[in-house]
Amino acid sequence: MGEAIVITSGKGGVGKTTTSANLGTSLALLGKKVCLIDTDIGLRNLDVVMGLENRIIYDLVDVVEGRCKIHQALVKDKRFEDRLYLLPAAQTTDKTSIVPEQMHKLVHELKQEYDYIIIDCPAGIEQGFKNAIAGADKAIVVTTPEKSAVRDADRIIGLLEKEENIESPKLIINRIRSHMLKNGEMMDIDEVTTHLSIDLIGIVLDDEQVIKASNLGEPIAMDPHNRASIAYRNIARRILGESVPLSSIEDEPKGLMAKIKKIFAGS
Amino acid sequence: MNKRIQQNVMIKGTKDGLTLHLDDSCAFSELLKELESKLSANYQFQENDSGIAVKVHTGNRYLLEDQKNSIRELISQKKKLVVDEIISNVMTKEEAKRWKDEHQMTTIAKVVRSGQILEVVGDLLLIGDVNPGGTIIAGGNIFVMGALRGIAQAGHNGNRQSFISASVMKPSHIRIADKIMKAPDKYIADGHVMECAFVDETGHIIVEKIQAIKNHRPNFIRLEGGL
Repeated sequence: MGEAIVITSGKGGVGKTTTSANLGTSLALLGKKVCLIDTDIGLRNLDVVMGLENRIIYDLVDVVEGRCKIHQALVKDKRFEDRLYLLPAAQTTDKTSIVPEQMHKLVHELKQEYDYIIIDCPAGIEQGFKNAIAGADKAIVVTTPEKSAVRDADRIIGLLEKEENIESPKLIINRIRSHMLKNGEMMDIDEVTTHLSIDLIGIVLDDEQVIKASNLGEPIAMDPHNRASIAYRNIARRILGESVPLSSIEDEPKGLMAKIKKIFAGS
Repeated sequence: MNKRIQQNVMIKGTKDGLTLHLDDSCAFSELLKELESKLSANYQFQENDSGIAVKVHTGNRYLLEDQKNSIRELISQKKKLVVDEIISNVMTKEEAKRWKDEHQMTTIAKVVRSGQILEVVGDLLLIGDVNPGGTIIAGGNIFVMGALRGIAQAGHNGNRQSFISASVMKPSHIRIADKIMKAPDKYIADGHVMECAFVDETGHIIVEKIQAIKNHRPNFIRLEGGL
């Protein structure tokens, strides 16, 4: 039986969907059978980030209302043979068209067949959030090193801790800009983790390639050399229980001399 | 055997006024009857006498609120008598529980996060932080072993003697009884360690080093066992 992980944040625009797409991709690359669920009904875009937009026939609401079978609605990602599927959200209705009980039942059914169910949660703490966490066993809270995002993450963690079926949430700090961190213009990682006092499962540096990749519909995790990609893959390995040290937040050295120094430094 | 008439109401005069001892084994209606007759007996008051305070001891009898009222009414009908207080040896379980709650410290280990409210009747010992947007409320004093960055309200029932102490005192605001103190514009990054807040003589909330509390609240003994 698989495990359902909800990716949530409270605040919008911190990278829930990007994180969902990339963790799903990374887990599939590691050989796990993964199902992504987009619960952002009415504002779906996990399908766009995954590049599967054009292949949607049925959606989440069709499934819970019995208009189709689950396997009919699941969109298979051909890049990963039989290991990555997406259950897209409906675009024509809103969050009130499903209730947590339906979601719980759906996730439970999917857990029989898949190793990991990654649930992409909408922003906010209303119905959409309640639906998204209904079937989850674990939760990952995504935040950026900004005060407003950390405040909202704090609120969300409070709500998640009240849920008995969900394990203590884990934290991803996304969009870290190392030069701003160095100048002290951004909250540093210690500050965020002590404030939120939950376990850190990964940090992801801000990278323009991530935006480019999501526009192309190819999650960045498919690029084996990109730093953000490696960060996501490391998080996936930590989800599998491996202990992987946190990646460095230093900027990549620029220029020839720096590269030579780097070689001699042996890193 | 010498048959003696049992006195249900005994009146004693003290220099503070009168004390009525009411027997606790007879019926309440009998008690009222006797009280009535005793009080209407030959007491002569001077016109210019000031009101006489009366303390009523009810022994081991528990009186309901309306029973208390009827005693008060009966006594105050007599000129010059004012009921100062009604004292009983007994209280209900509920009253006892409330009294106990108000006088005991509740210890809770958790992080009070944004949007959460933690409320206790007596003193609060919180082992953990209060994050911005989180609120803690106590009827008595508040001790935070952690960082206080949210809102803290001590002396919720109006006790200005209550105080708040925290390992790191950086609240968004503090309330003690009816007083409010807003946060300064900026906190010192590594400062505000081990501080306490209390209402001073002028009615303002002030924040000082935690060591100052023994000078300002020398009677604070609650940690030593209460009662």
